[in-house]
Amino acid sequence: MSDIELRLTGGIGEGASTRTLVGIAAAALIVALPFLATEYWINAIAVPFLILSLAGLGLNLLTGYAGQISLGAGAFMMVGAYAAFAFQLRLPELPLPLALIAAGIVAGAVGFAFGFPSTRIKGFYLIVSTLAAQFFFEWLFLKFPWFYNGDPSATISLPAGLSVFGIDLNSPHGRYYLTLASVAVLTWLSYNLVRSQPGRNWMALRDMDTAAAVIGVPILRAKLQAFAVSSFILGIAGALWAFAYLGSASVQSFGLTRSYQILFIIIIGGMGTIRGAYFGAAFVSLLPLALDWLFQRLLGGHVDAGLLQNIQKVIFGVLILWFLIKEPEGLARLLQRQRGDLGNRRLARLKIRRQT
Amino acid sequence: MNMFLETLIGGLLAGTMYSLVAIGFVLIYKASGVFNYAQGSILLFAALTFVSLTDQGVPVLVALAITVVVLALMAVGIERLILRPLVNRSPMTLFMATLGLAYIVEGTAQGLMGSQVRALDLGIEDLPIFLGDIMISQFDLTAAAVALVLVVALSLLFNKTRLGVELRGVADDTRAALSIGIDVNRIWQIVWTIAGLVGLVAGLLWGARQGVQFSLSLVVLKALPVLIIGGFTSIAGAIVGGLVVGATESLAETYIGPFLGGGITPWFAYALALAFLFIRPAGLFGEQKIERV
Repeated sequence: MSDIELRLTGGIGEGASTRTLVGIAAAALIVALPFLATEYWINAIAVPFLILSLAGLGLNLLTGYAGQISLGAGAFMMVGAYAAFAFQLRLPELPLPLALIAAGIVAGAVGFAFGFPSTRIKGFYLIVSTLAAQFFFEWLFLKFPWFYNGDPSATISLPAGLSVFGIDLNSPHGRYYLTLASVAVLTWLSYNLVRSQPGRNWMALRDMDTAAAVIGVPILRAKLQAFAVSSFILGIAGALWAFAYLGSASVQSFGLTRSYQILFIIIIGGMGTIRGAYFGAAFVSLLPLALDWLFQRLLGGHVDAGLLQNIQKVIFGVLILWFLIKEPEGLARLLQRQRGDLGNRRLARLKIRRQT
Repeated sequence: MNMFLETLIGGLLAGTMYSLVAIGFVLIYKASGVFNYAQGSILLFAALTFVSLTDQGVPVLVALAITVVVLALMAVGIERLILRPLVNRSPMTLFMATLGLAYIVEGTAQGLMGSQVRALDLGIEDLPIFLGDIMISQFDLTAAAVALVLVVALSLLFNKTRLGVELRGVADDTRAALSIGIDVNRIWQIVWTIAGLVGLVAGLLWGARQGVQFSLSLVVLKALPVLIIGGFTSIAGAIVGGLVVGATESLAETYIGPFLGGGITPWFAYALALAFLFIRPAGLFGEQKIERV
């Protein structure tokens, strides 16, 4: 019977050495991507994909790991973007990486504050708290010119562009590497975080808060921690979205639709997994392109942009429902199972061969 | 003083519209435990269907009948394809499912019937009436009357009919209702249909005011604070909550707004709701939930 439990995990071969090799090859590919892809692919696909993954990762810590639902991802991204702008504008001596971290800390503090109601309420009551953040910051950053430095179109863009210690990062390559470095560091941090005490606390809290409290998990602290860490990551993602991807951003760049989008990323990708955010972000950023291409091919360019957008909306809605009903753990689980099936089938074949 | 009263009354009347939207939520929440984020999209869908039909020259009553049938079919579809497969899942999953549903309904409504603003004329004149020195919008007054009629009709349905007793049974204890032979699936279909009808009424009233367009679906965001203040499980709560939100919102905009640069309505209701959550998490009329560790 124990055979059934055996699973091959390696994709091509077996053992850790092959996996390491595959990992190194993938890493090399990611680092060398700017030299393989066209500028369009870097600017319009790779960079937004990475930033959306980061945002998904941030929200996943809160919603997927700690079980606190949030419709305010856009708000915390917004805070990060405007904070990074303020630091770069008013403290030009602060180097960009530190400004990004500082912006993340500001967003984290805001997340902490808006997480406070979670100590009294739970479930979808929390939507109210996070939606309050969404509407309040949309109003705040539009109402007071100090936040956008009195710009006539109320947009923000970095006065000196992107540069780290004198190295100019305004080229597509520069933007890509800045984003990649931030994503890599934060993924590594999150990966370790969910495997240490805070992450364990969050999962206990998510699975059953009463039981978690009984075994001594500090519920209050864990919740607020999740809000702060999640918003920290979302804040950095927001700053990158504004300055490494869009170049200049406004309140509309972080509206409610953005919050929905980030939530969809983790539902589709897989809640409570680190890699889910990447699968989801890839899906969310590639699906519109694929649909666009498909309709161009099918109908020869006679598609109304508005209609296409509505079709896209319906498809997203259907996918959300499909995933919630059929595969609540998202693409991450789907792909893992596929691989597991493949492995198991290979194992079965192996056994048959041995028997004969 | 007159200005205060005028603001207050205008706010209260606007609040009845919030109440109408919130009632749709309460019905569904009570019967199926689903926080239906798609209520706003359903409202848009209903109003858009009606307007599209009347624009084609279909008589008003026929158009109304067709819209009702469409809403009922949609309710059956939602129950079969979404609620049934998701039964016994966490409220959070159900909430996210309704978010997906909202996308489908919005996309379908706008894809089929266009996304331009449609004018809707219900034949209600919008002339101000003067009560002494106080100006009141006649349209708002009519809307409030419609809301009142709807609430009376709903409470009659819930309290005086066999169906109403079944509905309340399911709302109170689904398992007990099942065990005495109430067809819960059928009840869900009926409740979603009724919520759709309430949405239709609300959608027509809102639509006559500001045109039938995408922003109608955003009234869902107005209803959320109403529910928090009134309580998720009470129709009376939804009404009172709507009035409270409407009144405080317009008073705040007039008296606090100028100090903050104005335009505070989008978030004021949320701030109020948050304050309520700290003081009275179950809302004014909601059932207190006691949890023992």
